[in-house]
Amino acid sequence: MTDVASWVLNVTGLTKRYGLGCPRCAESTGPDHGSSQCPFCQTVHACVNAGFTLYQGEVLGIVGESGSGKSTLMQLINLTINPTAGEIWYREPTQDSTAMNLVTMDGFTRRHFRNDRLGIVHQRPELGLNMRFSVGGNVAEKLLLANWRHIGRIRERITELMIQTELPPERIDDDPNTFSGGMLQRVQIAKALSSNPGLLLLDEVTSGLDLSVQARVLDLIRRIQWEQKMTMLLVSHDLGVIKQLARRTIVMKNGFIVESGLTDQILEDPQHPYTQLLVSSAL
Amino acid sequence: MTEQHTNIYNFGFIDEDSKREVRRQLLKAVALPGHQVPFASRDLPIGRGWGTGGLQITMAIIAASDTLKVIDQGDDESVNAVNLRRLLTRTTGVSTTVDTQAATIIQTRHRIPEEQMREDQILVLQVPMVDPLRWVEPNLERATVMHGEADYGRMWVYMYESVIKAGDIRIATQYPVIVAGRYMMDTTPIPRWDVLRLHNADHLSLFGAGREKRVYAVPPYTTVEPLEFEDFRFKTEYAEGQRCHRCGATNTFLTGHFVKSPGTDEPGHWVTSCSDASYCDKQMVAQGWTEAQE
Repeated sequence: MTDVASWVLNVTGLTKRYGLGCPRCAESTGPDHGSSQCPFCQTVHACVNAGFTLYQGEVLGIVGESGSGKSTLMQLINLTINPTAGEIWYREPTQDSTAMNLVTMDGFTRRHFRNDRLGIVHQRPELGLNMRFSVGGNVAEKLLLANWRHIGRIRERITELMIQTELPPERIDDDPNTFSGGMLQRVQIAKALSSNPGLLLLDEVTSGLDLSVQARVLDLIRRIQWEQKMTMLLVSHDLGVIKQLARRTIVMKNGFIVESGLTDQILEDPQHPYTQLLVSSAL
Repeated sequence: MTEQHTNIYNFGFIDEDSKREVRRQLLKAVALPGHQVPFASRDLPIGRGWGTGGLQITMAIIAASDTLKVIDQGDDESVNAVNLRRLLTRTTGVSTTVDTQAATIIQTRHRIPEEQMREDQILVLQVPMVDPLRWVEPNLERATVMHGEADYGRMWVYMYESVIKAGDIRIATQYPVIVAGRYMMDTTPIPRWDVLRLHNADHLSLFGAGREKRVYAVPPYTTVEPLEFEDFRFKTEYAEGQRCHRCGATNTFLTGHFVKSPGTDEPGHWVTSCSDASYCDKQMVAQGWTEAQE
């Protein structure tokens, strides 16, 4: 179904460790040992040899328990932390575009690549938004960095994005502290979409929201995905969210990818003992 | 120079190694226009925050053949200017002037002289605040990374917010500019009136902050663009109908004074005059004025 030429993100051998490592690390960490920290040298292997390919218009889910390395993987792809080893290749979804290795990019190019091509929505709105600026100012940040220099046109674009994300446009100049949790997530989504990104990263977007608000935010994400054929990487510990949005899923444990495949397959016929435990413990 | 000072102090007060260090950092600053370069900032007989950054630059680049002009708020005779000039002349013996055209090095706080400066002149500024990102990122380490990656989005949001809240850009001084299309630079202590004078200037401008231990530079013929929007432009200070009460100039940066004759019941009044005192005098002389008349 997916054309080989239409991949957007290709990750190979991505590794992040905190510490120097020792010869006994490999035999004492990982899902078989139930820890990502080496008991001998205390090195934390946050993400080990991760590899996957993401295709145009696809939603890939990443599930795992706390400390399994899924957020580390997300931060690596968002270029906020540098990997110890591995490569991240990005390719524009257009025809005859050349792939770029994000890991070897210099800081200047990386900053502007991240602004133009990536959109991220964090679990906690304070991470993605500056609570001292107005809602409109927050959404405008990416546009301003991309050299939009006309206040009138910037505000037109913000209004457009606020309508698209079901926010009341008349509250454009309000303080974000007066917004509810679900609204703040929508502000983050509006900000992420402002630059028409090639890849949208969603880090636990619905955790911490009550169920009805969760459903509305998920509906919004699904609508954006449908309308714009947006490529998304979705990190969640909630199998319900994964089941609704992701076509393919990666299961992580103790820094390792233990299982990957179609979401239906993973939920209906889990192979790895950890995945079996995860599926059976879902409500 | 008196013999006593010759014996005690090195030429230009600070020792040759310190001067060389400042000059090395200045070369780097000129090579990367607008980039802040850390320097050692030695102890001086005046307190940090009173012009020690500009002073050290002048000490590092001055030679016996130079002619020096020191101004504070455009005035050659204000306390800060007089003291800095005295320290420099006592330790170097260079000749001084109040004439912008005759000077080779002009040390200033606040103003760029009204008269056009030439290629062979150097302007040295005493800088109080260094980093334009301080308003949006107080953490210096993170601000340095932001400069490195030209990540000025947040500063632009600050400009956007000021337009939204006040109806126009509400930055009085410390107006941020982009130098040579790359680094964002704080133009402290220059008033907005003089900011555009840095753009493609004939002279070299050197900025020194002694307390913050940074130097930076705008080389000649370098673009300096103030942050502005297409529908909200950068504006200089200007009040309709204002003119200098002495020389009558309407095209200069004016400052206000409260004038009251001592020992009389006259209530006093406000007058405005050119901030650049030596320029004002020149205009007066051209109009046939002599010092005895005032």
